Amino acid sequence: MSGTKQGFWAIARREILRMQSRPLYGLSMVFAPLFCFVFFTTLMKEGLPQSLPAGVVDADNTPVSRSILRNLDSYQQTEIIKQYSNFAEAREAMQKNEIYGFFYIPKGTQEKASSQEQPKISIYTNGTYLIPSSLLYRDMKTMAVMASAAVGREVLLARGANMDQAMGFLQPIKMDMRPLGNPWLNYNVYLSNTILPAVLALMILMVTCFSIHTELKDGTSKEWLGMADDNILKAVSAKLFPQTMVFSLMAIIYLVLLYGYLGFPHHNGFWPMFVAAELLILASQGFAVFIASAIPSLRWSLSLCTLWGVLSIPISGFSFPVMGMPAALQALSYLFPLRYYFLIYVDQALNGVSLVYSAWFYVAMIAFTILPLVDIHMLRKAAHEYSYLP
Amino acid sequence: MWVKNLLDVCGKELRSTFSDVGVLVFFIIVPLLYPLLYAYLYGREVVREVPVVVVDECRSATSREFLRKSDATPDLKIISYCSDIEEARNLIHRHKAYGLIHIPAEFERTLTEGRQATINLYCDMSGLLYYKAMLSGCTIVSLDMNRDIQMERLSGLSDWEKDVMTMPIQNEYVTMFNPANGFQTFLIPAILVLLLQQTLVLGVAMLAGTEAERRRAGSLILGHEYDNPMTVLCGKSIAYLLVYGFTATYVLCFVPWLFHMPQLWQLPTLIAFVIPFLLSSIFFAMCISFFVRDRESCFLLFVFVSVPLIFMSGISWPSSNMPAFWKVLAQIFPSTHGINGFARINTAGALLQDVRIESISLWVLTGIYFMLSLFIYERMYRSDKMPGAEFVLAMRIRARRNIRVAARDIKETRQEIKAKLEQKRKK
Repeated sequence: MSGTKQGFWAIARREILRMQSRPLYGLSMVFAPLFCFVFFTTLMKEGLPQSLPAGVVDADNTPVSRSILRNLDSYQQTEIIKQYSNFAEAREAMQKNEIYGFFYIPKGTQEKASSQEQPKISIYTNGTYLIPSSLLYRDMKTMAVMASAAVGREVLLARGANMDQAMGFLQPIKMDMRPLGNPWLNYNVYLSNTILPAVLALMILMVTCFSIHTELKDGTSKEWLGMADDNILKAVSAKLFPQTMVFSLMAIIYLVLLYGYLGFPHHNGFWPMFVAAELLILASQGFAVFIASAIPSLRWSLSLCTLWGVLSIPISGFSFPVMGMPAALQALSYLFPLRYYFLIYVDQALNGVSLVYSAWFYVAMIAFTILPLVDIHMLRKAAHEYSYLP
Repeated sequence: MWVKNLLDVCGKELRSTFSDVGVLVFFIIVPLLYPLLYAYLYGREVVREVPVVVVDECRSATSREFLRKSDATPDLKIISYCSDIEEARNLIHRHKAYGLIHIPAEFERTLTEGRQATINLYCDMSGLLYYKAMLSGCTIVSLDMNRDIQMERLSGLSDWEKDVMTMPIQNEYVTMFNPANGFQTFLIPAILVLLLQQTLVLGVAMLAGTEAERRRAGSLILGHEYDNPMTVLCGKSIAYLLVYGFTATYVLCFVPWLFHMPQLWQLPTLIAFVIPFLLSSIFFAMCISFFVRDRESCFLLFVFVSVPLIFMSGISWPSSNMPAFWKVLAQIFPSTHGINGFARINTAGALLQDVRIESISLWVLTGIYFMLSLFIYERMYRSDKMPGAEFVLAMRIRARRNIRVAARDIKETRQEIKAKLEQKRKK
């Protein structure tokens, strides 16, 4: 290796040149994360979906049923866009995705009301679309109860009760729901806080594994190791250093976007999340080097890293809680760096608890970072002996 | 002649598919195992028995009744009775509990005075399902108890009078098509459809990447059936369609059946819808594959797209509330229409006329991507990046020369060995 420069910075400079030589690196390290940052934060910029389309069916079509309809005031999140003439028509509209739910007032409502039986309103929502369905249900239920209460309240007020007493009678026990950390039930807060780092971690896992194994594939691994005096630890860390810098920049961008520009809750300030994001980068790189060393085949190690990155999204438990998963997967969730990032986010940004509670999660991420020490000697061996098989 | 060429291309593509483990991983193994993993992950549909803590400052019969009933709902499980909020908060911070039910000291007194009494619920928002469980659990209990309290107060009236008083208009709730209102029924159909498109893109891109690598190395030898772009496109897409006929049957029919998910589709509708979905995905994949230069870069370029794609479909965040730009962009991906159509056909029992818009969109995409890939192929073909007739001829000459060179090499090596052996013998 005479003529080529040696040492950490020489390898880092060589890596920068390698990254510049192929658009692939720019696409996957800069474009992909940036695209997802912009996509998710703008997609859900409403926070909580407003004016979800709903319908009504008035099968009775009598003064009583029409007065019920009038009492179904529109709410902020629900907009009644259309009245359908019968159940089948409304169901079809739902199957065509024109509405997410509808009220149904059955035939004989007036008859029942006048014979002093209880009329009934039915609420139907399309469970195929879970979020709009759940939100509509909440609104429509309130609308139905309010319409009902309006009737009951009139009876009570006519009997001489005041408003306070009327409400105390109609709803003796009231629930006061206080969502901690995210009082607006903002979906952007709920999803973007984890999806953005998840995409970044996915790209890190793949790029790290890919860039190490292309050295083997292209047959440049001997030159690379030679520049580090055959010290594999030095070779790998110098090679990954420029990538760490690029990913750190991406992390800073999304942190500033979320906690600065969009002003999402960050009760303990910027730094605990910044450290968490940096550790997520290092932990993902560490995990990818561990896999790349253990499996001396570009395709298989890249496949495994990809699987890990994609699987970390559901298994981190931010959308469907880990406690609802089967026991085997609950145990498996400890093997994903993103899981610890998510737990730190809940503690430090959402709930603002003392750092002591999150200490172990930070430690776990450090453990992922130094994981390659176990098997990196295998990568050194592979770098000397490996020949690429497609 | 054309048909024979077509079948030749198709056969060769099938052969290269089945002799390439990397492609088989995408075409067969991932579609085989991945849905099982996801269905297993979301198998319980909802969260049950969310651990909550209680601070009961009232300690009356009514407050205890409320807590006992809350604990008895399938949604909640009281894990600890704390003496003060601080202690309860500590349990939530240690992730032992996800909610706090706080009953204030004046609760009972307010009730007996006939005013409205409040129970405070604090919920950890790290997951919306905790919120949902807490809200629905406590609401059911409070509605139930409210009725009882009203009944007691109206002890002079007859039963039906009470009924009319307490609930002048009843209401009932039906979540259509998703009986448990659960995660699996809602998310898995979308993941299944997206999986088909994404594995197609990855597999086809890997095949194209391999071809590009071989071309650069000068070791790609193709026959004259590759002369006509139309033949190549059609031949290859028939090959993929054959493979994905099986894959799609497994993914879209067998997996939901295995996990007892709702399956309301009717066979003619399903077939009539899946065919344009597969075709548009195949030509979409081929269009993209032209830009891939080696085998493994498809991972870095296309895997992450799955995450935005599932959101673009509108299955999670409602499409009625998407910014217009993303809504328009979403239209160019077969998965958007595929997910919406399949979710409704499978889960809501929609017929072909109910998913007419999606189905037409998929046919339009099929047309567009077919024309586009034909165009790109023709361009590359002319610019000599693709194996045209002359290229093929050149390759053959080169191969023949290589063989000659190799034969000469072997001859020389043999002579060398012979000479060395003789030298040894002489020594």
